[in-house]
Amino acid sequence: MKTGTIRRKRLPMPPYVMAAALVGLAIILAAILSPLISPVDPTDNASFNLIDAELPPSWLEGGDPRYLLGTDNQGRDLLSAILYGARISILIGAGAVLLAATIGVSLGLLAGYLGGWVDALVMRIADVFLSLPTILLALLVAGIARAVIPDADSVFWAPIILIAAIGINEWVQYARTVRAATMVEASRDYVRAVRIMGLPMPSILFRHILPNVIGPILVISTINLAAAVLTEATLSFLGVGMPPDYPSLGTLIRIGNEYAFSGIWWITVFPAVTLVSLVLATNITGDWLRDRFNPKLRGSK
Amino acid sequence: MVGILISRLIQAITVMLTVTAIAFLMFRFVGDPVQLMSREDASVEEKEELRARLGLDQPVYVQYARFIGRVVQGDLGMSFRNQREVATLIAEKAPATLELVLIATTLSLLIGIPLGVYSALHPNGVLSRAIQGVSLVGISVPTFVTGILLILVFAVSFRLLPSFGRGQTVDLGWWTTGFLTWSGIKALILPGITLALYSLTLIMRLVRSEMIDILSTDYIRFARARGLPERYIIFRLALRNALLPVITVTGLQVGSLIAFAIVTETVFQWPGLGLLFMQAVIFVDIPVMTSYLLLVGLVFVTINTIVDLLYVVVDPRLRARAA
Repeated sequence: MKTGTIRRKRLPMPPYVMAAALVGLAIILAAILSPLISPVDPTDNASFNLIDAELPPSWLEGGDPRYLLGTDNQGRDLLSAILYGARISILIGAGAVLLAATIGVSLGLLAGYLGGWVDALVMRIADVFLSLPTILLALLVAGIARAVIPDADSVFWAPIILIAAIGINEWVQYARTVRAATMVEASRDYVRAVRIMGLPMPSILFRHILPNVIGPILVISTINLAAAVLTEATLSFLGVGMPPDYPSLGTLIRIGNEYAFSGIWWITVFPAVTLVSLVLATNITGDWLRDRFNPKLRGSK
Repeated sequence: MVGILISRLIQAITVMLTVTAIAFLMFRFVGDPVQLMSREDASVEEKEELRARLGLDQPVYVQYARFIGRVVQGDLGMSFRNQREVATLIAEKAPATLELVLIATTLSLLIGIPLGVYSALHPNGVLSRAIQGVSLVGISVPTFVTGILLILVFAVSFRLLPSFGRGQTVDLGWWTTGFLTWSGIKALILPGITLALYSLTLIMRLVRSEMIDILSTDYIRFARARGLPERYIIFRLALRNALLPVITVTGLQVGSLIAFAIVTETVFQWPGLGLLFMQAVIFVDIPVMTSYLLLVGLVFVTINTIVDLLYVVVDPRLRARAA
């Protein structure tokens, strides 16, 4: 990877990418800081009251100035719920990306460095995973987890199951990219040198090869974060994700969907708009980063 | 040709054996079937007897062979939740899903191909750019959000179309169809569009890029030089070749179509296989989950094999290479 030659041709950031990056950063920042900036803590039972349930946004008739975006079916402030929900969604998405990257990078390094049957096996498994649709595999993992773990819906287990179910889907792309880059690196002199020095394999792989192949990983992660947040939202919407008392964006949309038919649209529309903006912003930024740093990745999954 | 056929069949059988192995492992080891099927106060002897009756005291490979034997005979076990034969449940729900998938695939081909051809012919036109922009947004909007938005607009605000269920269906004995009643057709519209959108975008982009490639090849230039009518060049010469990859991708998309069908059926409470599976996941109904897995595996493998063979039939070059 001669990143030097690519860096020299600096592409200017088009305005719409700039706007997308700003929107994405704003949502992520607001989500991370939600305990500080949101009006109330929606996970605290004392913060809401059933009397305030299903109030419309404050600028509509019947709205309450205390609740800018209205309230949900339990009287929770929707703005706070969205901020906290976005935080949960992003944390789970980031966890899943981290898990996928760890699995994928390790397997990719091993496959690329060792070659032979290890390589063939890893790539064969990767092909199988690639042919399975994300949601289906994630649902199967979630289903098995629910059978094995009795309180799978609890605040403790739900995020762990989600991270596992999503992460197990996305390692393939990391493995393929890292494998290809590792094969190139493995034939270089510095790798030969550390091998002759008798360094143990983990040290060669992680201390010496990894830093040289890590560039594309960061780019893949941006796009995968968007995909992971989407998958989390879908799973929560389908009812195997976060429980209603600690809702993610998907759970909020699910709750709202049950009320949408009686004209209470805001519970489902505002979280949906937040979700779509976040995903679209991350996708646009990620696409640009990919084209900017590594045009070769274009078109792969 | 026979060689290709045999190798594809062997491949398909290998994949199906793997899928049944996974299904068997889930069926056998995720949760103890004896525990799940016996009363809470059952004695140890009763449990042992049930274990023997279910064949669970046999070696694992014998159990696996018996499992395959039962599956091949169509015995998929009893649903824990409904206490009914899973095979019956699936037969009941399959028509709903198949009709939905049929509508969605038809829609995405009928709309996707013309839009793709159009934007390939006018790559810089205003409409083409608009289509490209919309498709980028379309990819980022998850299926369930699209469904909810359609419900909010067409079912809640305008009250034009139903938001859930299949409407009135006609029972043909072995098949219940929504095509024969007005309310059944109306109920198909929103879920059909929701399910079609993703593959529509994909087909459109694919046809567009293939057409752009093909229109710049020598044989098209030669046809133009000969003065053949434009309509003939585009539809008979170019589009035919552009559709080859569409066959493959449509085949490969079966997996995503199944996955998106689960989501669409949940949004619209469509009483099909996807909703059945979703409820099985939520209520930990292992026999239904494994049966669905087997079914999806079978559909997946069958369609992929057919697409592979179709490709060989359509493209003579592949035949020559294999021979």
